[in-house]
Amino acid sequence: MNTVVEAKNLSFQYDTVPLLKDVNFRIYEGDFMGIVGPNGSAKSTLVKLLLGILKPQQGTIFLMGQPIEVFQQWNEIGYISQRVRSFNASFPATVEEIIAANLYHEMGFLKFLRKKHHEEIERVLEVVDMGDYKKRLIGTLSGGQQQRIFIARTLISNPKIIFMDEPLVGVDVASQEKFYTLMEKLNKQLGITLIMVSHDLGVITEHTSRVACVGNQQVFVHSSKTFNEEQYIKSVYGEKTKLLLHRH
Amino acid sequence: MYMPEILSYGFMQRAFIAGVMVALICPTIGIFIVLRRLSMIGDTLSHVALAGVAAGMLGGIYPIYSALVFSILAAFGIEKLRKAYQDYAELSIAIILSTGIGLATILISMGSGNAAIFSYLFGSIALVSSRDVLFVMILSIFILVSTILLYRGLFYITFDEEAAGLSGVPVKWLNHYFIVLIAVTIAVAMRIVGILLVSSLMVVPVATSLQLAKSFKSAWLYSMVFGLLAVLIGLTLSFYGDLAPGGTIVISGVVILMVTIFLKSIIKKKEVSSSGMSITNSLSK
Repeated sequence: MNTVVEAKNLSFQYDTVPLLKDVNFRIYEGDFMGIVGPNGSAKSTLVKLLLGILKPQQGTIFLMGQPIEVFQQWNEIGYISQRVRSFNASFPATVEEIIAANLYHEMGFLKFLRKKHHEEIERVLEVVDMGDYKKRLIGTLSGGQQQRIFIARTLISNPKIIFMDEPLVGVDVASQEKFYTLMEKLNKQLGITLIMVSHDLGVITEHTSRVACVGNQQVFVHSSKTFNEEQYIKSVYGEKTKLLLHRH
Repeated sequence: MYMPEILSYGFMQRAFIAGVMVALICPTIGIFIVLRRLSMIGDTLSHVALAGVAAGMLGGIYPIYSALVFSILAAFGIEKLRKAYQDYAELSIAIILSTGIGLATILISMGSGNAAIFSYLFGSIALVSSRDVLFVMILSIFILVSTILLYRGLFYITFDEEAAGLSGVPVKWLNHYFIVLIAVTIAVAMRIVGILLVSSLMVVPVATSLQLAKSFKSAWLYSMVFGLLAVLIGLTLSFYGDLAPGGTIVISGVVILMVTIFLKSIIKKKEVSSSGMSITNSLSK
């Protein structure tokens, strides 16, 4: 299996507060990795470090085998941040304009959209099942629909890896189901490596292939099949914690 | 050939040429300012431009040149201070605004040309010289061409700066360039609209266009159309009423905004009542 992301002896602190200490792990091509951990455990920080948005005090990150400092193929990396849907709801931009923005490097000096770009936009909208929404204003869509548009925006640059930071916050349950169906399609059919931060432990272990637990300045990676949810919750919230399993 | 009286005067021809250019560039820059919630930057830089005008008059330099230099320096000052006060971004604007007003007050009180300062504060049509028109034309074309070429990057930064950076948009460079474009726009527009009202012409036509826009491109085009309407009506009112053009232009813009909001609400009410009717009809069937 090819390693597409690797953290080697990674340490990071905000001011004097250490968040990650000598962390080592690998993410392989085709993985669907969930990143879980209690609030403030540095899940988002870890993603930002892996994307080079934050710089570690110590250690190295490798993307597609290259140290992040010299990595150039950023078009192969997609990122859907936690704040992606925090834009001004009356922003006058159509779905097409938002997706086209991610073709910045493909458009040449004058940044004109050509026929092939329009076809690409239609293709990614079909992938996320939003083909009829090209001319709609982004602010008029529901939370779940907006999330699909931002996935389409990421897909337009044909990424090999997509990082997502809590993509389902504020998205209703029905849309969450659709989201995971789409993720399966991207992961299994298109072969895209997915890395997703989530606080929803039950759902994430059900859908992902591996789980990275972040906490106590460390990162531990497990296979989702062997991941013991109850044991993990007790280790985070204390031995007296009990899981209340129920169905809605 | 028939020519309306208003266009038979050389000074009005110059005012209209400069006015049309200003009507195109102010909303062009304004749409990015409004959507990035940076409206205060326009006000700040125009107050610094006032200090530049006063300094130019004192030093015997063409005041628009000195205003341009002052506002560009202030633009960089804002960027520099923003780094020093990362958690209080608006503080950098407040510091530069205070510096601009303070400096302008001192420089104006040192000089004797208060009437000329007045024309820069509220705009003037009678005093627009051929040199002003040439200056406005060259810099307006520079601003329009720059914005058209950088449109995709500026749009992406305005919508989502973090994602823009990751997709390779040169965010830092574009942010610096954009703030220089704001400074140049202020220096260009102040002769016609006046320093105190430049930022209004950047904001009001955009506010009107946002009422109707169905895309970013249409918001940009509509804002230029509303800017043009405001300037043409405002200059005409200024000529016939012997009023300062800055005031008539901005008030024309505000009236257009109010009419648009009013018409939109009527159309919306009609749509709601007709859709209500069709629901009732289908239920009664």
